[in-house]
Amino acid sequence: MSTTTAAPRAAKKGGFTAAAANYLEDRTSMSAAVREFGRKIFPDHWSFLLGEVALYSFIVILLSGTFLTFFFQASQASVIYDGSFVPLKGVEMSSAMSSTLNISFDIRGGLLMRQVHHWAALLFVASIGLHMLRIYFTGAFRKPRELNWVIGFVLFILAMAEGFTGYSLPDDLLSGNGLRIIDGLIKGIPLVGTWISFLLFGGEFPGTAIVGRLYTLHILLLPALVLAMIALHLLFVVVHKHTQYAGPGRTQENVIGYPVLPVYAAKAGGFFFIVFGVVVLMASFFTINPIWNYGPYDPSPVSAGTQPDWYIGFADGALRLIPPGWEFVWLNHTWSFNILTPLIVIGVFIVLVMFYPFIESWITGDRREHHILDRPRNAPTRTAIGAAGVTFYAGLWAAASSDLIATHFMLTIEGVIHAIQAIVVLGPFVAFFIAKRVCLALQKKDRSIALHGYESGRIVRLPGGEYIEVHERLDEYERWRLVSFESYQPLMLRPNSRGKITVGQRVRAGISRWFFEDRIAPVTMRELEEGHGHH
Amino acid sequence: MAQDDNGGHELTTANSSAVEHARAGDPGTAVIVQDAVPNPGFPTHRPRITDINPVKQRRAERVVYTLFYLSIVGSIWAIAAYMMFPIESSDPGSVRLNTLFIGLGIALALLAIGIGAVHWGKALMYEQEGIDLRHPVRGSEVTIERAVEIFQEADQESGFSRRTVVRNSLIGALIAFPLPAIVLFRGLGPQNQNPVTLLSHTMWKAGTRLTRDPEGTPIKATDVTLGSAFHVIPEGLNETPDPLEEKAKAAVLLMRLNPADLNVSPARKTWNYNGIVAYSKICTHVGCPVALYEQQTHHLLCPCHQSQFDITHEAKVIFGPAKRPLPQLPITVDAEGYLVARSDFTEPVGPSFWERN
Repeated sequence: MSTTTAAPRAAKKGGFTAAAANYLEDRTSMSAAVREFGRKIFPDHWSFLLGEVALYSFIVILLSGTFLTFFFQASQASVIYDGSFVPLKGVEMSSAMSSTLNISFDIRGGLLMRQVHHWAALLFVASIGLHMLRIYFTGAFRKPRELNWVIGFVLFILAMAEGFTGYSLPDDLLSGNGLRIIDGLIKGIPLVGTWISFLLFGGEFPGTAIVGRLYTLHILLLPALVLAMIALHLLFVVVHKHTQYAGPGRTQENVIGYPVLPVYAAKAGGFFFIVFGVVVLMASFFTINPIWNYGPYDPSPVSAGTQPDWYIGFADGALRLIPPGWEFVWLNHTWSFNILTPLIVIGVFIVLVMFYPFIESWITGDRREHHILDRPRNAPTRTAIGAAGVTFYAGLWAAASSDLIATHFMLTIEGVIHAIQAIVVLGPFVAFFIAKRVCLALQKKDRSIALHGYESGRIVRLPGGEYIEVHERLDEYERWRLVSFESYQPLMLRPNSRGKITVGQRVRAGISRWFFEDRIAPVTMRELEEGHGHH
Repeated sequence: MAQDDNGGHELTTANSSAVEHARAGDPGTAVIVQDAVPNPGFPTHRPRITDINPVKQRRAERVVYTLFYLSIVGSIWAIAAYMMFPIESSDPGSVRLNTLFIGLGIALALLAIGIGAVHWGKALMYEQEGIDLRHPVRGSEVTIERAVEIFQEADQESGFSRRTVVRNSLIGALIAFPLPAIVLFRGLGPQNQNPVTLLSHTMWKAGTRLTRDPEGTPIKATDVTLGSAFHVIPEGLNETPDPLEEKAKAAVLLMRLNPADLNVSPARKTWNYNGIVAYSKICTHVGCPVALYEQQTHHLLCPCHQSQFDITHEAKVIFGPAKRPLPQLPITVDAEGYLVARSDFTEPVGPSFWERN
């Protein structure tokens, strides 16, 4: 092998590639970067692709969005539509709406690019959400990655802001009603709401300023922030090195996987094209946001079954779930708790999710670095909290389609709302309980399989007449997956150096007990040896 | 033994127990198991079918280059489709064909590259995993000490903590200098308008005719038959300089009910005309148009958040997040029998706001 490859290399020494590389090296010192990152190891697992989907769909968004900016006019100046879409010919509308129609009906491939942009945006938010769930349920947010969790969460919020500002740009009936709701929401904020709305819309709703302002946010400010956050996010991934799942040979001190060059580059680079290709395929076949069916914005008409893009659903749903009458006049001012309650509840939810890594590390007191991912079952309380959070979010999200659920399943709107109210309030507790018990049961099963092997289905009659089922023992590699996890015990309340038990410690001990009182310990060597005797 | 930072390929059994103990940091309440099951190290490597069977290897090569060639076909097809399927303004279906065939070409070009590259990586490239060693994220003590030292030297040399007046005045200046930028943003809203005044009035006045939305033709009381509903705008709305802002406040829904069905409070005795009532169409929750009228129950439903208003009880809220009834527009007829407003709304329409009372 070596002799055959050495010969062409030697021959190529003076070739163009070598000369170009030398030229660049003399001016950039880039060999250091290649040496540092060229063989960097990345572990392989399907769940690690979710973040990649997010990154790649953002690139698709940038590419398709740049195309759209060459044709879109972010102006609410009134024009008479005179394009190819006959049903709207002669209708008065804004330039924003008219230019969006022109992109769709008069520019070849324009509709395709619009749909690529919208589908990629939906995929962007969805993949960030799934990526965050993967991070949460495997405990990848633990030290040293807490800050990167926060950065990722900020990205999630920025992605939703990008989505909403983009959705509002065509100035069609549906997005106009979305803005109307935002206006109503803002006006419900005490003290500053009225003025914020007035400043945002440049006067009274709807005004003629909002599309231009959202455009600046959508194509300049927010993308710059997203790019900066992505750069920071990836920088931290490089600094921390990627986490990996437990497996034979894998420890907290190593990373097992493929080097960037060539395997990871081929697979990740190829995956970019696959994500891009799937988005284009969706855009070719499936219509998204057919603004020509909605018509230009007008504050008077609205169609039944209006709902926002999926990622704003949870906020819209929260608004729908408030019971009648939650608004009061007090001290000569209007207190709109029908608006404040959703804002506060969602705000608290966001803060709790964003700071969860710090809360958990305060409870465990664990200051070590964690690079091996947990299986969700091995952190039962964390997994149960996650299940509760998902149930809460799903309830709010479903509420955004309460009217469609009612019409599709022949139910009353009131009944659907009341059922979802119950799901949002009680569902998290039920989900917590079920998820925790399922985790503990799975842990017990793992333990029993690790100790006694799995049931082989082979029944053997012993000389004494006794029947037993033979259990096949696991080999050490299979067993390692089941026994290599860490567990925590509840905090023992002890006086500190000054002989005091602080309130903070009491709270921490209480939460710690709630977290870790149901604990399945990993199998130890001694248990394993004792287990040998049984079968 | 090639555990290094450059992805050495040979995998060797990790000395797990020795490594585990070296983890720095307080374990908190984690249970450190003394006789934990040891890490068995890496399992023996199993070669792929393409590594041992040259026929399969050549086959995989063929698949990869076929895909890459197919990608070129897709790109060419997309360019050809751009020309072959133009958009004809007389044929709405042409947009669909244009989108579909350009899209399919691009998708083929992209997917074939992607699948080809991944297949190359998985089936043909050297496939043994490598190892990188991790180091604690925290830098070495020497580096940290030097960093602290640099800051101390900078402090010494500048006198940052010694010259407190200089330092504090700088901090003050740095806090103050962005403030003008914030004030500049006041210009986002118009200068000499009070939002509260604007929100409290609409263009309805005594004698303004009720006209159909969007045509603007006036409505005779006799046109409004029992059970019918009209979407209404004030006369002259389309001629105002900013019709959308006016419409966002002045849109009205007009319905005729059997006068016996209406429960009218004493103060509003004169606000309806023979069972014809006019209510603001702007939801008192967050401002969507309350556009759905249930003729049988006389309920109005907001399609955005499902607030329901009972027209027989002066648009009282019977379900949903809205709190206040829809404001009623007092109406009557003029000499020619056209419906007109008696006055503006007697309260601000639309969503609640802080200064409303």
